[in-house]
Amino acid sequence: MGVADDPRLIALSPRDNVCVACADLAAGERLIVDGAPLGLDANVALGHKVARHDIAAGADIVKYGARIGIATRAIGRGQHVHVHNMKSGYLPTYTLDAAHRYLGRTE
Amino acid sequence: MIGYLRPDGRKGVRDTILVVYLVECAHFVAREIASAFAPQKVQVIGFPGCYPNDYAFAMMRALCTHPNVGAVALVSLGCEGFDRGELGSAIAASGRPTTTLTIQETGGTRRTIETGRRWIAATLESLQATPRVPLAWADLIIGTICGGSDGTSGITANPAIGRCFDTLVRDGTACIFTEAGELVGCEDFMASRSPDPAVADEVYRCLSKAATYDHAMGHGSFAPGNAEGGLTTQEEKSMGAYAKSGDSAIMGVLRPCERPARGGLFLVDDIPEGAPVFGYPNVNDNAKLAELIACGAQILLFSTGRGSVVGSAIAPVVKICANPDTFERLGDDMDINAGAILSGTATLDQVGAQIRDAIADICRGAETKSEALGHQEFILSYKTYGALGPSCLART
Repeated sequence: MGVADDPRLIALSPRDNVCVACADLAAGERLIVDGAPLGLDANVALGHKVARHDIAAGADIVKYGARIGIATRAIGRGQHVHVHNMKSGYLPTYTLDAAHRYLGRTE
Repeated sequence: MIGYLRPDGRKGVRDTILVVYLVECAHFVAREIASAFAPQKVQVIGFPGCYPNDYAFAMMRALCTHPNVGAVALVSLGCEGFDRGELGSAIAASGRPTTTLTIQETGGTRRTIETGRRWIAATLESLQATPRVPLAWADLIIGTICGGSDGTSGITANPAIGRCFDTLVRDGTACIFTEAGELVGCEDFMASRSPDPAVADEVYRCLSKAATYDHAMGHGSFAPGNAEGGLTTQEEKSMGAYAKSGDSAIMGVLRPCERPARGGLFLVDDIPEGAPVFGYPNVNDNAKLAELIACGAQILLFSTGRGSVVGSAIAPVVKICANPDTFERLGDDMDINAGAILSGTATLDQVGAQIRDAIADICRGAETKSEALGHQEFILSYKTYGALGPSCLART
């Protein structure tokens, strides 16, 4: 085992490719994540996300072990992940098939 | 762990006497009857409306025959629409001591209060004989909601409750969650968690109802404040709420008053059927808690970031505080400090284990913070599940 991970960045599920900041963190800070150093590219406020690995453009962003969006550009380990480099992958299904399915059953 | 054994074989963790008003006009008298006794032993619930409603009747029947309830005094004005005879019969058929006080027949406020208090004093004595039996994890139904959430809820308290649920499910406990409106955006993920395609279908149906209902009520959208707190997408926000459920497969979708048939994780569909009629699906947190109790939950886990102080009638509420600053300020009301995860002094698994220990302590008689303070919030409103309502909501 290497050095202990910094508790200020936690992965909520082992499948996640982002960590969540448990405190306000400053750009340039170096933390240990998965036993290896990780440098922050920006100030990251409590509750915000940081890339745990390199993430390719178009890849899923995974948090809670679930897809929470899609990378809109390549994201490097340690970079802040937010509206500037990811987008929702959610299609409001209630306006589409699921609504038809529901309405079809109730009428 | 020790439970109170009921004639139907279900086990409670409390042996409460309920004083139940059947219309708002009987509420004051019911409250006065109960006020002579300790809030931990005698509690007030009721339905304020004068016009009958199948959902409200089914809720009242489920709550009055809940395993945490030892005896029930119904308080009727006399002319309201609620079917007191049928409710009284259902309670008597469950083997519980029960009485119905009709204010118009008993002779008004003062005489009804005196009669009610005499009945309760005598019934408290007789409840000493309620059999106490060993209680296993598989005897428990545990419910969860979140209220007064903030940016920390999805990082600390919610996933910690999820870790607790994972261990409970492995031990045969039925774990139930609700608030479909908060889950819109993770329907694909939830459906993928349902091993039975029919259950996956029910999940989609429930969440599409929630989305259309919220749209009709003009709320439910992703707010700008969420992005400031670090949440980027609708599905991310909803996964933060879903995190309370943990990693288990979803075994079924229940309507209010339907009990899980076995252990495992279940979604309670809190969204009414058909076109919106009576307003919001649930008007506040206690309306959600009441539905989980009606589904049989003996204990409730309440995640809060900004700091809710509520408890509930009938079932103990364990308050799990997500935010360490809130815990500092409202510590008297909080049972568990999940904010320790942010301070780096506890892990999600450790807080999950603390919650499980708190449940075990409650089942050995320990009071939650809200119980010790005397909280017993309760609310029940009109709702309709329409023609598609499950058989459990039918009157006969």
